[in-house]
Amino acid sequence: MPLDGGVSCLRRSEMIGIGIGELESPPLDSDQVHVLAVDDSLVDRIVIERLLRITSCKVTAVDSGWRALEFLGLDDDKSSVEFDRLKVDLIITDYCMPGMTGYELLKKIKESTSFREVPVVIMSSENVLTRIDRCLEEGAEDFLLKPVKLADVKRLRTYLTRDVKVSDRNKPKVPEDLSRFSSLAMVTPPPPPPPSITSVKSSSLEEIVSSSPPPSESSISPVDSPIRRMEMRSPGLD
Amino acid sequence: MDTLVAQLQRQFRDYTISLSPGFFGFLDDQFTELKKLQDECSPDFVAEVVSLFFEDCEKLIGNMARALDQTGNVDFSLVGSSVHQLKGSSSSVGAKRVKGLCVTFKECCDSQNFEGCVRCLQQVDIEYKSLKAKLQDLFNLEQQIVQAGGRIPQVDI
Repeated sequence: MPLDGGVSCLRRSEMIGIGIGELESPPLDSDQVHVLAVDDSLVDRIVIERLLRITSCKVTAVDSGWRALEFLGLDDDKSSVEFDRLKVDLIITDYCMPGMTGYELLKKIKESTSFREVPVVIMSSENVLTRIDRCLEEGAEDFLLKPVKLADVKRLRTYLTRDVKVSDRNKPKVPEDLSRFSSLAMVTPPPPPPPSITSVKSSSLEEIVSSSPPPSESSISPVDSPIRRMEMRSPGLD
Repeated sequence: MDTLVAQLQRQFRDYTISLSPGFFGFLDDQFTELKKLQDECSPDFVAEVVSLFFEDCEKLIGNMARALDQTGNVDFSLVGSSVHQLKGSSSSVGAKRVKGLCVTFKECCDSQNFEGCVRCLQQVDIEYKSLKAKLQDLFNLEQQIVQAGGRIPQVDI
């Protein structure tokens, strides 16, 4: 198993030994997003696993909250020594499960020291606002209404890999269902108009632009450069 | 002049549309979502998922039938939990009519309406088997198109 600066993962035999791993990917690369998916329905597990794989995630899918805790080393019985370098970037769980609900699992994860920072997303077939609120209050990152679609999972991916997450945490959380049903609410902002450095007239931007090499068509800054980001945020300047 | 491939593709298109919500309503847009997850690496993804779904149907309907068979001692919450599971998986594959029946079925369980439950169980059984036959026809058409050297048209439900 590749060990990379503190990152490790369970061997396949270990996972099968504790009764999980029927849907589990080949060994992890440390830079790949690893998602733990929890759902008691086999059909849903297959679908969510495929949705995640197709968006380039590594997936471990388990069928209960208990198995999830086992996998994370948070169950009481086992010593967590062998698990404490497990890399999990996101946990996505069904709400309604026999035994331990997704909400209870969420609470246990948020109570743990090792995994409380891992974003937890709840999925539910029922659009109950009190349920959604409860989960968000308990620290869930997002709430997806089933059936889960590719667009939902792609959206999850964006906030996993973005550098700046602080602003999102402070934003008021809009329940997922509202944004899907309302024609007004858009999950992603409209694409900005194509930026043109020559059209910028604001003095603050001019200062930045003048300190960079003279602009031409072929030398327009790459998308994630600070200058481009500033232009995109001020499309109205001309 | 219509080639064999063109004829098959037209049949496939028409058949798919007949299953959509605007027509017989066997399937909804979630089925199209599943098709998005199919590619060269997973060419049979949809067939595999629906096959698992039908196995699920059989198992859950069996559970419900057994629970309803306990004359005088029916555990409606047990029936209800199986219905809930069936509703969930039918929703995930886009089985619109099965899902709709589950809504009614759940109401019968909640109100402990025995006759209602028995009727719903019969309907759900007929419904999933109909869908299974329809999808089998659809997959056969796909195979015929491919065997005739054609591409399967993209038809969104």
